[in-house]
Amino acid sequence: MGSATAELKKEDAKPGQLVEMNWDPITRIVGSLGIFTKIDFGKRKVAECHSTSSIFRGYSIFMKGKDPRDAHFITSRICGICGDNHATCATYAQNMAFGVKPPPIAEWIVNLGEAAEYMFDHNIFQDNLVGVDFCEQMVKDTNPGVWEKATKTAAPHAELHGYKTIAEIMTALNPFSGTFYLEALQMSRMTREMFCLMEGRHVHPSTLYPGGVGTVPTIQLFTDYIVRLMKYVEFMKKVVPLHDDLFDFFYQALPGYEEVGRRRILLGCWGSFNNPDVCDYTYQKMTDWGRGMYVTPGVVVDGQLVTTDLVDINLNIRILLGSSYYDDWQNSQSFVKQDPLGNPVDQRHPWNQSTFPRPQKRDFKGNYTWVMSPRWYDKRTGDYLALDTGGGPIARFWATALAGIVDIGYIKATGHSVKIYLPKTMSKPEVEFEWKIPKWSNAIERDRARTYFQAYAAAAALYFAEQALAELHAGRTKTWNDFKVPEEAIGCGFHEAVRGVLSHHVVIRNHKIANYHPYPPTPWNANPRDSFGTPGPYEDAVQNTPIFEENGPENFKGIDIMRAVRSFDPCLPCGVHMYLGNGKVLETHHSPMFGIPQH
Amino acid sequence: MAEQAPYGRVTQKKPAAAEIHILWITAGLGCDGDSVSITAATQPSVEDVLLGAIPGLPKVHLHNPVLAYENGDDFLKYWYQAEQGKLEPFVLVVEGSIPNEKIKKEGYWAGLGTNPNTGQPITTNEWIDRLTPKALAVVACGTCATYGGIHAMEGNPTGCMGLADYLGWDWKSKAGLPIVNVPGCPVQPDNFMETLLYLLYQVAGHAPMIPLDNQLRPTWLFGKTVHDGCDRAGSYEQGDFATSYGSSKCIVKLGCWGPVVNCNVPKRGWMAGLGGCPNVGGICIGCTMPGFPDKFMPFMDEPPGAKISTAAIGIYGQAIRALRSMTNETVNQEPMWRHRRAELTTGYHPSSY
Repeated sequence: MGSATAELKKEDAKPGQLVEMNWDPITRIVGSLGIFTKIDFGKRKVAECHSTSSIFRGYSIFMKGKDPRDAHFITSRICGICGDNHATCATYAQNMAFGVKPPPIAEWIVNLGEAAEYMFDHNIFQDNLVGVDFCEQMVKDTNPGVWEKATKTAAPHAELHGYKTIAEIMTALNPFSGTFYLEALQMSRMTREMFCLMEGRHVHPSTLYPGGVGTVPTIQLFTDYIVRLMKYVEFMKKVVPLHDDLFDFFYQALPGYEEVGRRRILLGCWGSFNNPDVCDYTYQKMTDWGRGMYVTPGVVVDGQLVTTDLVDINLNIRILLGSSYYDDWQNSQSFVKQDPLGNPVDQRHPWNQSTFPRPQKRDFKGNYTWVMSPRWYDKRTGDYLALDTGGGPIARFWATALAGIVDIGYIKATGHSVKIYLPKTMSKPEVEFEWKIPKWSNAIERDRARTYFQAYAAAAALYFAEQALAELHAGRTKTWNDFKVPEEAIGCGFHEAVRGVLSHHVVIRNHKIANYHPYPPTPWNANPRDSFGTPGPYEDAVQNTPIFEENGPENFKGIDIMRAVRSFDPCLPCGVHMYLGNGKVLETHHSPMFGIPQH
Repeated sequence: MAEQAPYGRVTQKKPAAAEIHILWITAGLGCDGDSVSITAATQPSVEDVLLGAIPGLPKVHLHNPVLAYENGDDFLKYWYQAEQGKLEPFVLVVEGSIPNEKIKKEGYWAGLGTNPNTGQPITTNEWIDRLTPKALAVVACGTCATYGGIHAMEGNPTGCMGLADYLGWDWKSKAGLPIVNVPGCPVQPDNFMETLLYLLYQVAGHAPMIPLDNQLRPTWLFGKTVHDGCDRAGSYEQGDFATSYGSSKCIVKLGCWGPVVNCNVPKRGWMAGLGGCPNVGGICIGCTMPGFPDKFMPFMDEPPGAKISTAAIGIYGQAIRALRSMTNETVNQEPMWRHRRAELTTGYHPSSY
């Protein structure tokens, strides 16, 4: 764990003295991330946290001048686990720019594919990546006292998942040897088969196009999907109570654990799953069809739902620079002065952003990351809010619950919760789960929401399959509508990547891409202090996180910090790095790089 | 009484190397899609390889950041050990395009870990320079690492390229292996795991040098074209072409480059025999090829050669379809002697009843 330099023993650390500890790279995420912290071992708290990202690719640069029809194929490659979320979002922006609406069956096919993506990705991330932070091996290495307690604590829902004690659950999560770890890994393959049925191949889909899909709808296609879906539905009936037991145990075994990864409730959700009955992809009607999505878009501030209007959400996105390797564009060309409804568009909006990379030496007192700082301008207060997505599910649930709009029987938003109905399966009866709005926006609740959202996606897929079959049986099997690429156009797509908010903004001039700026969730979560000095979500969530780990500096794994960071489901093909310090008291500030570094 | 070894144990061959490490660098300019893709493989699966499901192979230790138990320095220590020659033998897998760090005055396009002397990130290229001389074999996983791929498209700011462009196409490892390229964007799950399995057999001493083509791809996986393996080739032969996406006919006129792309995906499916590209309605955009993506863009336009070939086959195809339709109608009718009338008209003339 320690590096080559002299190690500071726990006894040597004086109260109040900060010890630098860095982890670079963070593993069990997608992309490269490094976190630099200062730990106060005396007070057992993280005093400071900085995150950096060390990879730049340049999508917004090399997409200029390309054919706008290629945008979804290209942007899929932004991410290797959720690329299809990008491709889908790009087709939403293309549909708007080209003025085309796909036939309903195409929309249901895309929804089924995206639901399969959530079912796959949350499953593998939660139980093969995050789960290792809660496994027997890790808990013994970091909190032997907690392991002891776990061996003596009965799992409240043992009859539903089959593990008699919490310790048995932890053993089952051991990487490559744990029974549940292996079962989840195998399930992740079946869910990708479901995805391939609808979108062709994973992660970069082959059958998505602007105007619809190339997937051929047949009885066989939907039968193959539904048979697998029902196996996943049955699996969920054990997976949800298993995680409730595990996460509730941590609150009991480590009182105060709600402070780990906790930050102010500032959540953004851009909505997912379009309803073809209301969605025509026009900007003019976006407020209405946004509210028609089967995951409601919304901004939640301190527990209050501030808006569910995608036009409002769109206009208030601001990209700030803080400590990143770019030149500013405040005085560069403006591509879009007004949106299609006549509202003014800010120069710091993605439509108007220009990306000028300026690679330089890393300087923690100056610029140290490739990430920029997206913020959401709150008209009520004039604040530039550092919204986070909580890794995706928690923000989706919170906005959907409060909005109280979604009701498809299988899913019902009540205003304070979301009910999820799973019908009878081969060996288990019907079940209704209820995700209730939690007291905190913290690591445990982000993780809990992820498991519940697996069930949400499965329930939504049951509904989408019924709708698709209705179209098939009615003979409405055309899956694509033709279009022409206009000479000049603008478009925007809003979607939920697995980890949260995803927007794609495109400007077309002379039939070619003049400007393209995608904003995936991780820039929102992993960014550095902006020009106003507001820290990014990882930074403030990890700072003030109390240390429960029983190791001192010499063996420190930083497991509470890892749980906090991984609860955001970091996916940064533009990462941040954290390296293990060795007891030197150092001042390093990294701002996660964020921005469109990975584009 | 001493326990006797079972007779059949003579069949089990010991590998030439008892253990082997796989150091997997994902810090090229990539999306980690290839690492994610291999978790979908079943022939063999990751756990098949790591837990020793296949006999005769070395014990494999995988060091891939997406799956690793360790974090930070704990994880990177294997890199330092390999550099010092203390992690023998190891195979280096590279994922992501290799940036050109020489085109700017300072800074870095891609880094992994921090140099303790300078406090600056160690570039991915630096790691490649340090580790390739020590590796038993080097594998480029995915089109970014093999040929540059998407991030190397025209107009890109990083000047990135494939591993063979960086090390030299004639590069050989200390054991005499050329770079092994397994392209695909992302790599097809079983294509990669099958190649890895072959290399393990080779390292174990049970298989000869891996056969590679001129682009350093395993010949048995990339020797045929998409068109050779596509179940819509029949509709091509009959001059029956789709004019709209969502049709089940050949989509060459809608942008599919299948006839000239080396890839087995339509033949083996994407995973578990399901999915793929043109076989399921997705135009082939040439993602396994050195020319990807530029030589295939704009993707949704008909490839220039297709205009000629589809016109040529149109006449033949239409005629053949008509003839086949006639024959099909004939063979869709049973022979006339299958009836319930009180007479036998099968051609047999009984004398006994």
